[in-house]
Amino acid sequence: MIPELGHFALALAVVIAGAQAVLPLLGAHRRDVRLMQTAPALAIGQLVALATAYGCLVWSAVVDDFSVANVAENSNSLMPLVYKITGTWGNHEGSVLLWCLILALCGGAVAAFGRALPSSLRARVIGVLGFTSAGFLLFTLTTSNPLERVWPPPLDGRDMNPLLQDPGLAFHPPVLYSGYVGFSIPFAFAVAALLEGRVDAAWGRWVRPWTLAAWCLLTGGIALGSWWAYYELGWGGFWFWDPVENASLLPWLAGTALLHSAIVVEKREALKIWTILLAIGTFSLSLCGTFMVRSGILNSVHSFANDPTRGVFILALLAIVIGGSLLLFALRAPAMTATGIFAPISREGALVLNNILLCSICAVVLTGTTYPLFAELVFGAKLSVGPPYFQATVFPLAIPLFAAMSLGPVLPWKRAELWPALLKLWWAALIATFIGIAAALGLHAGMAALGFAASAWLIAGALAELVERTRLFRAPFATVRARFGAQPLSVWGSAVAHAGMGVTVAGIAGMSLASSTIVALHPGQDVVLGGYDWTLLALRDEPGPNYTARVADIRVSRGGDEIAMFHPSRRMFTVEKTSVTDTAIQTNGLRDLYAVLGEERDGAAVLRLHVNPLAPWIWFGALVMAVGGALSLADRRQRIGAPARRAAAIRAGVVP
Amino acid sequence: MTLLPRRALLLAPLGVAAIGGTGFWLLLNRMSEGSYDPHGVPSMLIGKPLPGFSLPGLPPSDGFSRADVVATGRPTLVNFFASWCIPCVQEAPALMLLKQQGTPIWGIAYKDRPAATTEFLHRNGDPYTRIARDEPGNTAIDFGLYGVPESYVIDKAGIVRWRWAGGLSEDILHQSLVPLLQSLA
Amino acid sequence: MRRTAVVLLGILLAAPAYAVSDPAELLPDRTQEQRAEALGHQLRCLVCQNESVEESNADLARDLRRIIRQRVVAGDSDQQVIDWMVARYGNFVRLRPPFNAITLGLWGAPAIALLAGIGIALVARRRRPAPPAPLTDAERQRLADLLKS
Repeated sequence: MIPELGHFALALAVVIAGAQAVLPLLGAHRRDVRLMQTAPALAIGQLVALATAYGCLVWSAVVDDFSVANVAENSNSLMPLVYKITGTWGNHEGSVLLWCLILALCGGAVAAFGRALPSSLRARVIGVLGFTSAGFLLFTLTTSNPLERVWPPPLDGRDMNPLLQDPGLAFHPPVLYSGYVGFSIPFAFAVAALLEGRVDAAWGRWVRPWTLAAWCLLTGGIALGSWWAYYELGWGGFWFWDPVENASLLPWLAGTALLHSAIVVEKREALKIWTILLAIGTFSLSLCGTFMVRSGILNSVHSFANDPTRGVFILALLAIVIGGSLLLFALRAPAMTATGIFAPISREGALVLNNILLCSICAVVLTGTTYPLFAELVFGAKLSVGPPYFQATVFPLAIPLFAAMSLGPVLPWKRAELWPALLKLWWAALIATFIGIAAALGLHAGMAALGFAASAWLIAGALAELVERTRLFRAPFATVRARFGAQPLSVWGSAVAHAGMGVTVAGIAGMSLASSTIVALHPGQDVVLGGYDWTLLALRDEPGPNYTARVADIRVSRGGDEIAMFHPSRRMFTVEKTSVTDTAIQTNGLRDLYAVLGEERDGAAVLRLHVNPLAPWIWFGALVMAVGGALSLADRRQRIGAPARRAAAIRAGVVP
Repeated sequence: MTLLPRRALLLAPLGVAAIGGTGFWLLLNRMSEGSYDPHGVPSMLIGKPLPGFSLPGLPPSDGFSRADVVATGRPTLVNFFASWCIPCVQEAPALMLLKQQGTPIWGIAYKDRPAATTEFLHRNGDPYTRIARDEPGNTAIDFGLYGVPESYVIDKAGIVRWRWAGGLSEDILHQSLVPLLQSLA
Repeated sequence: MRRTAVVLLGILLAAPAYAVSDPAELLPDRTQEQRAEALGHQLRCLVCQNESVEESNADLARDLRRIIRQRVVAGDSDQQVIDWMVARYGNFVRLRPPFNAITLGLWGAPAIALLAGIGIALVARRRRPAPPAPLTDAERQRLADLLKS
């Protein structure tokens, strides 16, 4: 009964989304207030219907209703409750439904928080979201319905992929999808603006918080995914330039560019057309990222089950959504005129440079990811594009980007002189140079030294901006304190986010210095790696809820002092008949000790041991970036209300 | 700046998206037809002489070398197989059919124990003119093999003409392999 | 073996191989081993989804690792080892594609993207409306009057 209710709710959501796509847009076109007023109600209605549908799926999984095909294939009665719930989005059908649910959530958010928006803009934004929703819901209902029944129901489920039975991955999809789908709001704003034929500073002010929120979530989602790959896959790496990883990086790069160009729209009413295009492009890349990787065309480690018919449906859907919005862009964008004027050397100029570099990196990653397909199609040649290509092309573009990241915030708007700005950063430059030279001499690793220098430049540059704004060291203490408190949160946000990037860069540079070894040890034997003494104490078996584990007890010591006891294991999953390595990691914030248990030969265990300097900084930096974004967001929310409320008051007096 | 180039510039994103979409669509089509496999590795041997090798046989019989294959002066099929490979079981009837048509099939057992190979042949039939063993898998790598089964057609002069990665079926036999062998004869 | 798995199971989230390989594979000479690892990271494991020879635990990857090490010990240059692999598996085996007519667009991508970005910025700049004209004498006079009053 419950799955049928969910099925019905899903069908209802399709109908509501269809209405949401038509009525508000029609209303906005005809200036019919009553039709426009339906938008928020329909958005909320769709959200409720989808939440019900998803709730029914979760319910079926929790009560082990194996007559639901999706539950039978991806769950098992022995599985812990939390994985029964997270398992609902650990497969194609469920994840598509989650995707739709988050899209409905976005529509609901605009309906709930967008009361201050002009009614026609709000109707159009919600209408565009409804249009997108309707397409993907139709896709879910017709080709990927997670609530389908099987007959006869199996006695027990086939269990979830053991790799997914892990907290990091279990909670990774909702965060990542929220980031992906969050960019649907800037997209809807862009399409609505094209329909309205108007983009102004107010538009920039509305778009920015949504973009920021999506960006924070995407940053978090990517970091979670990378962290999961680091500790769960047991390869000792954190980023493999795999198509699926690149698919999440592309909207992040475009979204970061959008975040910065929207500032220019908001503050200076320039870069309007470009910002519209970026908003469309970011969501398009999100769509391609979520769905193209499921077509099986790309060679990826993390592919979902493939089905070419689904691929054609998705392609048609993407053609309508992306093609339609880009066509509208080509037709309507000429109407947008820039009013803000700025010199090449200015805050705007630096943001333009930031956009050029970010978009270049984005283009390079996109080219590298899709080039094998292009070569196959055009030249009939079979190629691989792997990490060496991305490292060789992305790093050279990232270095000038890092250079500009510290410079931009100290440049004034409109017109600036380069030299005074550089003078504000002299001590940041000095620190970066010093660290770079020291690292080059001490480590004999050029790339790592460059990375550490870039990191120091970013962190010191972020501090320099704050020092500059608060007149630290130059004004009396009281003035500094007053200025300290007077800085808007967005200033803090950007400084924190830029410093977070610096932390991540340091982590990546540190990881390039990682050392590792593979050894076969008998219990009682030891090996020395990175100045640490690793002793294998014992090998034993340990039962788990739906697996049995083989565990190695390892003592790590330095100079006789015990530093950590490690218990890396290999888990044999009884139902799936596959094994998963469970990595043991110990961190002190400055380096990770990392151990993976391999096979056993003649009583000896094969161990892969790593010492990864600064590894945790990679994800800590991403967290700092997300916090920076959230700080900025907190500020926006306060400031967005004031002018909007005033505008509403003015409108209230005038009959439209 | 006239209006036309500006229009063109604004149309560019749509153009790029359209080209990308069409490309994806073409590949999706090819993939569902089976003419595009993202994981397939094209053979580098086509049109090149058979790589040199000399392998031991399945006791008590002798193995063979490159020279032995070329010396027959007939179009020949070289087939890599293994007892642990499921598509090898599935392709056995097709190979038996080919044998009945008189094509010499030279088998190379890849990473397999002799006893297991013998058992496999006993169970699924023995289509092979002669059998060699490549236990370390080095000859297979010289062929550019990336999985079993894999079949190579060698012409009279010892040049590799055709490679099939995966199990042979009667369809493939009738559509490509037999006509090719006839044209080489 | 891998191919069988692909055909039969249709892979949902292809279980990656856990490359805790045999320590006996490693070369005793540290510099040679590092060279071999660097080479292995540039070569694709042909039966895997998207892993390098060095990362994968597939049989073929293990064989290729062994061959790389044999050739490194035999004194082959890096280029010779890669050529050896390309002769057997084609350019598909190289994770760093060679620079040739086919990969022109690939390796040219950073330069093309940068130039396109700068080009668009310049075009947009030229189109930007002219700054407002300076005040005429009459206007300046009016402004002065207004400010005086």
